[in-house]
Amino acid sequence: MKQFQYTRAVSQQSTIDAIAKPGTKIIAGGTNLVDLMKRGVTAPDKLVDINNLPLKNITSTKTGLHIGALALNSVVSENSLVLQKQPLLSMALKAGASPQLRNMATVGGNMMQRTRCAYFFDVSMPCNKREPGTGCGAMGGYNRMHAIFGASEQCIAVHPSDMCVGLAALDATVIIAGKKGERRIQFIDFHRLPGDHPEQDNHLAMGEMIIGVDIPDNNFAKNSYYLKIRDRQSYAFALVSVAAALDISNGIIKQARLAMGGVAHKPWRLFDAEKALAGKAATEENFKQAAQIAMRDAKGYEYNSFKIKMAPAVIAEALKHAAGLV
Amino acid sequence: MEAKDNSRRNFIKQSTLLTAIALTPGTAVKAAGMHIDEKIAEAFEKMPLKMEVNGVAHNLSVEPRATLLDILREQLDLTGTKKGCDHGQCGACTVHVDGHRVNSCLTLGVMISGKKITTIEGLAKGDELHPMQEAFLKHDGFQCGYCTPGQIMSAVSCIREGHANSEMEIREYMSGNICRCGAYPNIVNAIQEVKEGGQPV
Repeated sequence: MKQFQYTRAVSQQSTIDAIAKPGTKIIAGGTNLVDLMKRGVTAPDKLVDINNLPLKNITSTKTGLHIGALALNSVVSENSLVLQKQPLLSMALKAGASPQLRNMATVGGNMMQRTRCAYFFDVSMPCNKREPGTGCGAMGGYNRMHAIFGASEQCIAVHPSDMCVGLAALDATVIIAGKKGERRIQFIDFHRLPGDHPEQDNHLAMGEMIIGVDIPDNNFAKNSYYLKIRDRQSYAFALVSVAAALDISNGIIKQARLAMGGVAHKPWRLFDAEKALAGKAATEENFKQAAQIAMRDAKGYEYNSFKIKMAPAVIAEALKHAAGLV
Repeated sequence: MEAKDNSRRNFIKQSTLLTAIALTPGTAVKAAGMHIDEKIAEAFEKMPLKMEVNGVAHNLSVEPRATLLDILREQLDLTGTKKGCDHGQCGACTVHVDGHRVNSCLTLGVMISGKKITTIEGLAKGDELHPMQEAFLKHDGFQCGYCTPGQIMSAVSCIREGHANSEMEIREYMSGNICRCGAYPNIVNAIQEVKEGGQPV
């Protein structure tokens, strides 16, 4: 690992000042960043440790739930407010990583984690995300884990998070702080598609930091489910995962929320399928139809076309679980 | 026993160095001989690190890039904690920081200043093994033993966290510890016995 300078942030403002300098990165849990630094994928000159900042709170607000950027993944997943109001988020978190990693990883860090594309991790391989202009190793290479939605000629990597799939489905908002003060953006707009700039994972600008997320109150708590399909039962990244949330009244779906993981450069919301479900009966047949709608724009590559068959089955199954039909 | 262990470790270190020399080109060997690496390192300030390991307070001086795993093994000679993958994928390096299990290979030492660390060496009370260590022996919860310190640290947490209520739950909450010998059924049995025995862990 390349040497670097290490400082502890004393305030949000001092953090924002520090990260305005190129080569400076924030470290929170470090579970992804330290790994990337060991491999030489990233080599910051300076790390700002923000763990002393007061951003660990999980609180009820007038309109929903606020979770600080430094709340640990393990703590959020077992928090009583989260379990009561947004059990889907807890399920998504528990589907990710291992108990040890969840004890270190933070909410903000989870959002900032990089893709697990093997070509991104291997510094001897071409990768437009790691080194723009070098090409995409995965496009014509071993792309079994890669995207079936929203990929570009430059990059077909997927975002690895489970938590983010849950937050995308739950209409969360990201709270960001920078030199000009605070701003808020929809969670689903935080991460970006690769386009011509796969080196940019999200819309966080230089000199900005995540300070928390807000989740609006909803009626999904009774009927939500996170289903993750992977190569082994636990502790593996998703081939396909689905966050499903339903607001059901007298057997009729009033509202639906669906997001997929393991299929795109960002958590993939299934807006058309959600619309198709609204007003329909909560039946397996309707779930299967919605799942087919969700797959309209899917595009497979040499080794990942199996996801196009797998994904609608996972969507329908997740909806069945959410509706209590399993 | 200690002397024997040390000489074995020194032998491994020396033979690794010899292998490195045999495999690296002349310039790299020359650079190693001139200690260029160390000179570069000196340009960066080492940082003070206060931490308590297994009840003993330590005042150390570490590079910011030093992981807790390397500090435990290389500076404190606590080699019970194992380096498996060194990338947070195997769990062999699992230790407790302020009572919570973490991967020490992904923990920078400078980030845990002031905290209390427990390693596998800190579980036993003198000659009296921790109940989880006893249970792993009784149930043969290992074959080669390399993952065992991490498995045991994780197993203790698994019970403390309240995640050892069924075989399925134990398997899920022990998934961060890989055992390449495949001793999983026996590991689960060991954890279940300790959990059902109700001894304090």
